[in-house]
Amino acid sequence: MTPGQRRVIFLVAMAGLAAFVIWGITGLPGFGRYPGPYGPAILKVAEGQTNATGIVSAVNFEYRGIDTVGEEFILFTAVVGMTVVLRKLRGERQRPAIEEARERAQPAGGTGVRAAALAFTGPAALIGWWLATHAQTNPSGGFQGGVVLATAFLLVYLGGEFLTFRRLSPVDITDAAEAIGAGGFAAVGVTAIAAGLPYMDNYLPLGKVPGAVSSAGTIALISFLVGIGVAAAFVQIAGELLEQTMLVREGGG
Amino acid sequence: MTYFPYLVAAWILACGLYGLVTNRDLIHQIICLIVVQSSTYVMLLATGYVTGGIAPYFSDVPGSPKAVDPVVQALALTDVVVEAAVTALLASFAIQAHKRFGTLDPQDLAEFKG
Amino acid sequence: MNQLIPLTVAVPLLTAAALLAVRPLLAGLVWVANLAAVAAAAAVAVMLAFLLRQTSTDEAVYWFAGFRPSHGVAIGVNFVAGPISVGLALIGAILMTAALVFSWRYFTHVGTYFHGLMLIFLAGVAGFCLAGDVFDLFVWFELMGVAAYALTAYRPEERGPIQGALNFAITNSVGAYLSLTGIALIYGRTGALNMAQIGQAAASRSGHGVVVVSFLLIIAGFLVKAAIVPFHFWLADAHAVAPTPVCVLFSGVMVELGLYGIARMYWSVFGGALGHQAALADVFLALGTLTSVVGALFCFRERHVKRLLAFSTISHMGMFLAGFALMTPLGLAGVAVYVAGHALVKGALFLCSGIALHRLRSVNETCLHGRGRKLPVTGATFTLAGLGLAGLPPFALFLGKGWIEDSARMTWLTVVFTLCAILAAGAVLRVAGGVFYGLGDPPREDPRMEAEANEETGETDEGRQRTPLTMLIPPVLLVAGAMAAGVAMLVPGAGAAIERAALRFQDQAAYQAAVLGPSGHGGSAAAAPVATLHPVEPAAVTVSAVVVALVCVAGALALAGAALYWRRLPVLRRGYEPGAGLTEFSRRFQSGVINDYVTWLVVGLAIIGGVLALITGHG
Repeated sequence: MTPGQRRVIFLVAMAGLAAFVIWGITGLPGFGRYPGPYGPAILKVAEGQTNATGIVSAVNFEYRGIDTVGEEFILFTAVVGMTVVLRKLRGERQRPAIEEARERAQPAGGTGVRAAALAFTGPAALIGWWLATHAQTNPSGGFQGGVVLATAFLLVYLGGEFLTFRRLSPVDITDAAEAIGAGGFAAVGVTAIAAGLPYMDNYLPLGKVPGAVSSAGTIALISFLVGIGVAAAFVQIAGELLEQTMLVREGGG
Repeated sequence: MTYFPYLVAAWILACGLYGLVTNRDLIHQIICLIVVQSSTYVMLLATGYVTGGIAPYFSDVPGSPKAVDPVVQALALTDVVVEAAVTALLASFAIQAHKRFGTLDPQDLAEFKG
Repeated sequence: MNQLIPLTVAVPLLTAAALLAVRPLLAGLVWVANLAAVAAAAAVAVMLAFLLRQTSTDEAVYWFAGFRPSHGVAIGVNFVAGPISVGLALIGAILMTAALVFSWRYFTHVGTYFHGLMLIFLAGVAGFCLAGDVFDLFVWFELMGVAAYALTAYRPEERGPIQGALNFAITNSVGAYLSLTGIALIYGRTGALNMAQIGQAAASRSGHGVVVVSFLLIIAGFLVKAAIVPFHFWLADAHAVAPTPVCVLFSGVMVELGLYGIARMYWSVFGGALGHQAALADVFLALGTLTSVVGALFCFRERHVKRLLAFSTISHMGMFLAGFALMTPLGLAGVAVYVAGHALVKGALFLCSGIALHRLRSVNETCLHGRGRKLPVTGATFTLAGLGLAGLPPFALFLGKGWIEDSARMTWLTVVFTLCAILAAGAVLRVAGGVFYGLGDPPREDPRMEAEANEETGETDEGRQRTPLTMLIPPVLLVAGAMAAGVAMLVPGAGAAIERAALRFQDQAAYQAAVLGPSGHGGSAAAAPVATLHPVEPAAVTVSAVVVALVCVAGALALAGAALYWRRLPVLRRGYEPGAGLTEFSRRFQSGVINDYVTWLVVGLAIIGGVLALITGHG
C-alpha cells in the first residue's frame, strides 16, 4: 500500500470503528454516575480489613495483589528484555563503552545545573523512600515511589556525569535488585501458602494505629519490595539508554 | 447525562492509531503507541468517577464521605509504570534497528528484509 | 482451597527471579540455570497434571488472599481451574519443558536471561489460562506478551529479528490496549471485573450496545494474538526470526491462548448477555474459514521452513476458530483434542527444523534440498510429524478434525477443511521429502523469496558435527506423545469425558454458580444450559472421520509428490511453478510494514463491529 492509500483506507475504517465505539459509549451510565458495586464494596470494607487509609494501595497490594505481582513482573521482564537487546550490541565492541567514556573529555555541566541537581537529589531520594514505604497512607506506594527514587540517581547523572552514575548503579546490582523486588513480592505470597493460608494473604498482624507503617501488615512490606524493584528497573533503563546515547555520540563525532 | 470524557478517550485512541498508520518513523510510532495506551487511562478513570466524590484517601478525613472508585485508580496506577518499561523495551528495539540498517522508516526496514 | 493453583504461577516466577538475581554467579555454571529452568517447567507440568485429575469432575475456584465474594460481589481476584483451562496450561508446560531441554545444548552463550524470560512466559501462560477476572486475564496476557517480544528479539545480531519483534510487539500491544478499553467499558457498565459477576450483571441490565462493543474490543487483543485473518500478519514475521525453541511455544500454545481468550470471554462472560447465538456463530465460522484458507495458501508458497510452519499454524487456527464457532460440546471437544495434537506435532516440526538449522545452517528449503539425508532420525521424525499434521490415524489430530466435522454436519466445511489440511500438510511433506530424502528437484527460486529465506544463517554458535541427544529426544517424544494422545482417545469413555469437559466450559450458569456460589443473584435468565440447546452427540471414532483422514493424508502425499516432481511431469509442464502466482499477491499484504498491519487491524475491527452491530442492534 502507498501511504496515500493507507491513509484513505484507515480513515474510512476508523470512521466505522468510531461509530461502533460511540454506540457502545452511549450505553454507559453518564459521567459521574459510576454504578458500582465493586468500588463501593471495597470502600466499605477496606479500612476495617486492612487498616490502610489509602484505599488505592489496599486494592493494589491486597485485594488485587496477584494482579500487581503480574504487573511488577511485566516491568521486570521489559527491563530484562531491553538489557538483552542492548547488551548484545555492546558485546560486539572491543571495549565496553564505559572505559572509552573515561578517556574522553567530560562535557562541562553548568554550575547552575549542578547545584540544582545536587539540591534535589536528597529530597528526591527521601520522597521516593517515603512514598515506597508508606503505601498504606499515600496515593502511590512502591510503583511511583520507585520511580521517584530512581530520579535521585538520574539527578546524580545530571549534576555529575555518567561515570558517577554508573558507579552508583553497577548493572549486576540493579539486575539483582530488580529480581529481588519482583521475586520478593511473589515470595511473600508463597510464604502465606507455607503457613497454610491463601496466596497473598495478609498474614502479618495489623497495627493499632491506622496509617502507621506497621498498621497494614504485608502491604508495607510488598510496597517496599515493589519500590526497590521499580527503582532498580528505572535506574537500569536510564543507564542502558544513556550508554547507548554515548555510543551514538561517539560514533557521530 | 454526559459522555464527554468517554468521547475524549475514544478521540485519543483514534489519534494514536492514526499516528501509527501514517507515521514513517519508528520512534514516532512508539510514541503513538503510548498515546493509544493513554486513552485507556482516561477511559478507566472516567468510568470510576462519582460526582462530588473525594479521592479515596481517608487518613485526615473524618467519617466515611462519598469517594470515587479506588479500583480503576489502582488499575491505572500500575499501568502507568508498566507502560514506561514496555516503551523502553520498544525503544531498545528501535535503537537496534537503527544500528543495523541506519534507518527508522518501517517501509525501508521491510525492504531490507526481502 | 487448592494450593496447587497459585503455585503453577508462583513457581516459575520465583525461579526466574532467583536465576536472574544470582545471574553474575552463574557465569560459568550454565548447567545450573538449565537444570533449574527445566526442573521448574517440569514441576509446573506435574502440578497441572494433578490439577487436571482433581478438576475432572468439578471446577476448583481459588480466591487470592481469601477474599471470597459476598452477596454476589467479588472484591478479590480468583483463579478458576477446569479441565479445559488446566489442560491448555498443561500443554504449555509440556512444550516449555521440551523447548528448555532442547535449548540445553542449542545455545552455548545463552546466559541466564533466556531461562528467566522462558519461565516468565510460562507463568503468563498458566495465569492466563486460570484467571477468573478480566483485568487479571489482561495482566497475564501482557506478561506473556512482553516476555514473548523479548524472546523474539533474543538474537539481535541477526539481520531479521528486530523487524519481526517490532511488528509483533506493536500489533499485539495495540490489540492489548483495545482489550483494556473494552474492559474499562464493561466495568463502567457493570461495576465488576470478575468474569462470572460481569456475566450476571451484563445480562440483567440495559445498555446493550456497550456489551457488544466491549465484547469486540476485549476479543480484539485475542484475535490479534490468535492470528485470525486479517489480524495475522505479525505471526509469520515473528516466527521467522524468533529462536526455534521459542517458535515451539508461539505456535504450540501462545496463539491458541488467543482463541482460548475468545472462548472464555464468550462462554464465561458475554454469551448470555449477547444473545443471537446462531448469528454470532456464523460470524466466527466465516472468520475461521477465511483464516484457514488464507493460511493454507500462504503456507504452500513458502520456502522458509519456519515461515511455512507459521502459516500452517494460521491455517489450523482458522479450523480451531470454526470448531469453537459451532458452539456445540462436540465441536469444542474436537478443538481441544485438535489443539493438543497440533501443539505436540507442530512442536516436533519446529524442533526438527531447529536441528536442521543447527547442523546445516539454513532453513531455506531450496538450499537444504537433499542435504538432510545425513540426519536420518530427524528426517523420520519430521516426516512422521508431517503425516500427523495431515491427520494420519492414530495421531490425535484426525479425531479433533473429525469431531469438528461430525458436529458441523456441513459438507462444504468438511471439503474446505480437508483441502486446507492437504495444502498445509502437503507443503510440510514436500519439505520432508525434498530436504531429508532428496526426492525430486529443488524448487525454482524467486530471488526475493530467496533473500527472505536466507535471512537466517543459524542461531547456534557453531555448526556441530553431531546432534546432541538433548536436541533429538524432545521432538521424538513429542511425536510419540501426539500418537499416544490419539490412542488414548480410543479408550472407552475418554471421548465422552472430554465432551463433558467441553459442555461444562460452555455452561455459563454453572460457571457463575461455581464462582459466586448458588446463592448469588439466582442465575441470569439469558444463560440457558448448553445441553438443552445442543443435545450431546457421541464423541467416537466414526468411519467417516477415518475415511476423511485417509483422503487427507493421501491428498497431502500426492500434492507433495507433485510439487517435488513438477518439472518432470510430462503433461503439465508449462514453466509454471506451483504457488508462484501467489507471490506478488501475498507480498502486497504481507508487506512487513507495521503501518499496513495496523491499518488492516482497524479495517478488520470496523467490519466485524459493523456486522455485530447489525446482528445485535435490534435486541
